Amino acid sequence: MNPTSTLATAGRVLRQIRNDPRTIGILIALPCVLVGLVAWMFDGTPVLDQFGPLLVGLFPLIVMFLVTSVATLRERQSGTLERLMTTPVGKADVVVGYALAFGAIAVLQACVLAAFTVWVCGMDVAGELWVVLLVAVLDAVLGTALGLAASAVARTEFQAVQLMPVIIFPQLITCGLLMPRDAMPAALEAVSRVLPLTYGMEALQDLAAGAGFAEVRGAIGVVVLFIVGALVLGATTLRRRTP
Amino acid sequence: MRKTSGTAVRISGLGVVRGSGRRRVEVIRGLDVVVPSGEVVGLLGPSGSGKTTLMRAVVGVQDNVTGLVEVLGRPAGHPSLRRRVGYVTQAPSVYADISVVENLRYFARLLGASEDDVVRSLADVDLTPLADRRVGVLSGGERSRVSLALALLASPELLVLDEPTVGLDPVLRRDLWALFRRLADRGTSLLVSSHVMDEALRCDRLLLMRDGHLLADGTLAELLARTGTADIEAAFLALVEDEHPPVGDDPHDEETGR
Ligand SMILES: Nc1ncnc2c1ncn2[C@@H]1O[C@H](COP(=O)(O)OP(=O)(O)OP(=O)(O)O)[C@@H](O)[C@H]1O
Ligand SMILES: [Mg+2]
Repeated sequence: MNPTSTLATAGRVLRQIRNDPRTIGILIALPCVLVGLVAWMFDGTPVLDQFGPLLVGLFPLIVMFLVTSVATLRERQSGTLERLMTTPVGKADVVVGYALAFGAIAVLQACVLAAFTVWVCGMDVAGELWVVLLVAVLDAVLGTALGLAASAVARTEFQAVQLMPVIIFPQLITCGLLMPRDAMPAALEAVSRVLPLTYGMEALQDLAAGAGFAEVRGAIGVVVLFIVGALVLGATTLRRRTP
Repeated sequence: MRKTSGTAVRISGLGVVRGSGRRRVEVIRGLDVVVPSGEVVGLLGPSGSGKTTLMRAVVGVQDNVTGLVEVLGRPAGHPSLRRRVGYVTQAPSVYADISVVENLRYFARLLGASEDDVVRSLADVDLTPLADRRVGVLSGGERSRVSLALALLASPELLVLDEPTVGLDPVLRRDLWALFRRLADRGTSLLVSSHVMDEALRCDRLLLMRDGHLLADGTLAELLARTGTADIEAAFLALVEDEHPPVGDDPHDEETGR
């Protein structure tokens, strides 16, 4: 791995996104629209205060996962990945370069979304707001890291597409948003323990209920570990040689 | 005409299986070849004969390869070769959503090439006026020249070019072949595939491929003399018929017969 190649890759990815207004729209505006719709649906009830922080963490994860998966799929289809693999660029440079570029966007996305939810929709967070923001950014970066790992593990474009729902749906079902995790069958609860989204959602639920950084830092640490793990998995499973 | 300065690529007993799972196909079997350095070597053969697969094995991105593939004295795909070998894929592999010069600068940074190299590569493929154009709006021929420019950045010792002149007009084709000649004169080795047989005239040496193996390897003059024919197309057909006499010719007799 070498910093010049990593940063060059991050810069190239950001340039690509800058030239693509629709992707910028999906990344920044779509999560706001979704939260706005929820706020409008439950106008006059405490639902937004209770679930708003969760949505602020969830939507960026899904959006970033999809955008990253599509970006890396295009890298494969256009033949540029094959070409990159004939240059001195390290596999980790490609993976971390993408993570840095999308991480920068994740920060922007989470800030815009949190500001919109608090000031426009009127969400009242019982816990510390900056920690909600931190978890939202980490969740978005986690979405990117999972997208990178999935497309590195996939051997073909087809496998990469197949992996997308396989990764996202089990996490949605078991993360505690649909049903509190202590009310789940034991087997599902055990599954939720090994899936990363669970920990972000757990932290956000605690924050909505009035927790501060000290109470959720364990969960935040687990999310960070999952991010690092997914990036390492992505960098080590990406193949220079393809069938 | 041959300069016997050395060997760019040495292949022996090459076998390649492509695809994965149940769709695995043996695409190349028992191929031996030596590509001398400092020459333009043409790789000719019909569609599906395995030209791209052979090139992928040489640049080290092909999986499931058996046998020996040695490039510039190292095993194919060796990390030290990544700066010394330039590869242009058959479909232009460039980023469509950034400009020509942004594509070049990105690869220049990965390869440790300079801004001068960027300027030189652009000029070599005649794209200087389009430097700030987004690749996505370029014509097919312009796009394939961007792809070629990326491979020229690090002035590699070996250039592997997969059908670099497809879809280009005669003037550009002539200019590119002149460029390939200049590069070879400076000592670069070139392996260039084509299924336009008349481009054979521009090569120092020819490799004729069919169905995953080599039909012939030699200069154009040698091939014509050996087959007693007047042009490369006739020579190719003569070689095919030598292998498979037209009576009862069955393309699969290698697997089913014997
Ligand atoms: N991923 C793959 N899975 C299975 N078979 C493959 C795969 N890629 C290529 N093949 C098969 O390998 C053979 C050789 O393909 P290759 O692309 O090397 O041919 P080519 O000589 O470059 O053809 P063209 O002139 O059309 O580019 C073809 O029969 C092709 O169908
Ligand atoms: Mg081909």
